[in-house]
Amino acid sequence: MPIASEAFLQQSGRAMTGTSKVTAKDVNVYYGDKHALKAVSLDIRANEVTALIGPSGCGKSTFLRCLNRMNDLIEGARVTGLITLDGDDIYDYSLDVVQLRARIGMVFQKPNPFPKSIFDNVAYGPRIHGLAQSSADLEEIVVSSLQRAGLYEEVKDRLSEPGTGLSGGQQQRLCIARAIAVSPEVILMDEPCSALDPIATAKVEELIDELRENYTIVIVTHSMQQAARVSQRTAFFHLGELVEFGDTEQIFTNPQQKLTQGYITGRFG
Amino acid sequence: MTEMVDQVRVSATAEKVNARLQRRYAVEKRFRFYGIASIVVALSFLAILLFSIISQGHTAFMQAEMRLSVTFDPSVIDPDGGRQKAVLSSADYTALVRNALLARFPEAEDRLARREMIALISQGADLELRKMVMGDPSLIGTTRDVWLPAAASVDQLRKGHMSRDADKGGQFTQRQLGWIDALESSGNLSSRFNKWLFTSGDSRQPELAGLWGAVVGSFYSLLVTVTLSFPLGVATAIYLEEFSTRNRWTDLIEVNINNLAAVPSIVFGLLGLEIFLNVFNLPRSAPLVGGLALTLVSLPTIIIASRVALKAVPPWIREAALGLGASRLQMVMHHVLPLAMPGILTGTIIGMARAVGESAPLLMIGMVAFIVDVPASPLDPSTALPVQIYLWAASPERAFVERTSAAIIVLLCFLAVMNATAIFLRKKFERRW
Repeated sequence: MPIASEAFLQQSGRAMTGTSKVTAKDVNVYYGDKHALKAVSLDIRANEVTALIGPSGCGKSTFLRCLNRMNDLIEGARVTGLITLDGDDIYDYSLDVVQLRARIGMVFQKPNPFPKSIFDNVAYGPRIHGLAQSSADLEEIVVSSLQRAGLYEEVKDRLSEPGTGLSGGQQQRLCIARAIAVSPEVILMDEPCSALDPIATAKVEELIDELRENYTIVIVTHSMQQAARVSQRTAFFHLGELVEFGDTEQIFTNPQQKLTQGYITGRFG
Repeated sequence: MTEMVDQVRVSATAEKVNARLQRRYAVEKRFRFYGIASIVVALSFLAILLFSIISQGHTAFMQAEMRLSVTFDPSVIDPDGGRQKAVLSSADYTALVRNALLARFPEAEDRLARREMIALISQGADLELRKMVMGDPSLIGTTRDVWLPAAASVDQLRKGHMSRDADKGGQFTQRQLGWIDALESSGNLSSRFNKWLFTSGDSRQPELAGLWGAVVGSFYSLLVTVTLSFPLGVATAIYLEEFSTRNRWTDLIEVNINNLAAVPSIVFGLLGLEIFLNVFNLPRSAPLVGGLALTLVSLPTIIIASRVALKAVPPWIREAALGLGASRLQMVMHHVLPLAMPGILTGTIIGMARAVGESAPLLMIGMVAFIVDVPASPLDPSTALPVQIYLWAASPERAFVERTSAAIIVLLCFLAVMNATAIFLRKKFERRW
């Protein structure tokens, strides 16, 4: 697979496997009076896929949205505690939220390409951040991002057609291409496959596994099979609390907590 | 045993449903009938309105003109032969008209007959001749056949709005009627397109009165209104919708904007009078001030429509842009605003349509004066279309009745064009997502 540029890779692969990329310490989130996330502490390691599982309303999406400060957009939301990216407090005043979101990309539950062409969808991030020096540069970034997202072969002849005209699975991969075009360090995925059929889901999962080489990935999922398939480490949330966090294999084969066991065996949830 | 009970229960349910079914369908039918009936009523009112306006107004687009053989006598126009503009413009063109009429009807010898003869032609006929000579001084010394506007009463007589019988309100003597018939039969009196209606300003003579001054005044007012209220309204909507946080102040602003939309427009006129004329000393009767007052009228409409359009943009577009690291302004400018544009434009044009039909605020700032000149800039005194309609409707001459209707037709066409533009822009900018 041809790779765009050296800088592209170096930046993405900066942190080594096993070291902490993102650290959350004693994180609480309140939506108005509602205490949505209670004293969550966890370490997300570089170049690993960390899955967040748990029943609906358990706070896993809330936690995910803390990591790139998307919760700032919700009125009445309040976050306390410490979240660091490479040791820098992301809620610090000196840290710019725009820069943070360039470093931590996000893929949403519902495929949400812009109502623009496929090319413009992927090129949007590099454009606003000024990542490309020339139009040839930009094209290279777009093509390599689409290639990494495994979409290039399917759309190479219709880059100027609207991204909204693609199928659901293709749209989601377009969104992934759009996210990696900015060459973020971390990619957050909020149930990226929940709107996709099994074949498209398999493709996206395969893609997630490939992306792990260069990016740190945090994925929220409702499917325990998916968590087991794609992640190295799994965190189980329940009613706003982090119940258990560990290697995926251990969580699924030998859970330490009764709640975790109950959930993964399908007794509730 | 239980099976049978179940069966009985099922058939009982079916019976009950059936019993109500007729009634449910009947209600549905009745509701549809009410809907169709109200549409028919609304449409027939519209049809009656259009019919009455068009049937009264269509005659105003044609008007009687008289063909006279006019001799541009140098001794009357320019005795010195200097061809100076001042001389040409102040010459006695009425004499040319009188001479031409006399040549046509040599039998009018006494003063009374001559006065009756002069009454057949518009009092503004001399102005037409002056315009011709000023435009082309080489006409002097020649004799030309010229179509000149007939008096409005002649026009009304030909259109059947006036009786030939003096006892039934007719204004003509037998002698005048004879002349009119003679002109008619020789083809020298006929209906021609009423160019004055579309080229000149207001006039005391109905046959010379035109809408052009009012159209230009309306256009200038609208220009001022759109250049002010579109950016102001859209910027306000964007700020309130995308940037402000909800608190007591923004709630207060929101409530007040909604209230402003319901304020009677004459109040904005009073405000304009006090602020723009009395405090800022802007010129009275000017489209600039009219436009400022109309900005106040249309601003709430535009803000509300723009906010609705912005609200209709799905939130995931915003999330997608912010998630990529776009700043709020980039999110708005690159994604939200383009998607909201069709709705914003439609709202703006509806606001403009309201502004162009407003007369009350314009009355307050003095755009209701009798103004003959077509305004050359937004600072010149002028009227506007709805005010012109009001002025003509208040004029006693019979000929102004049809002109009032004609002005309404022109105003409606103005509005139809604006609404068509709104639809066109909407289609052009509309994107699917």
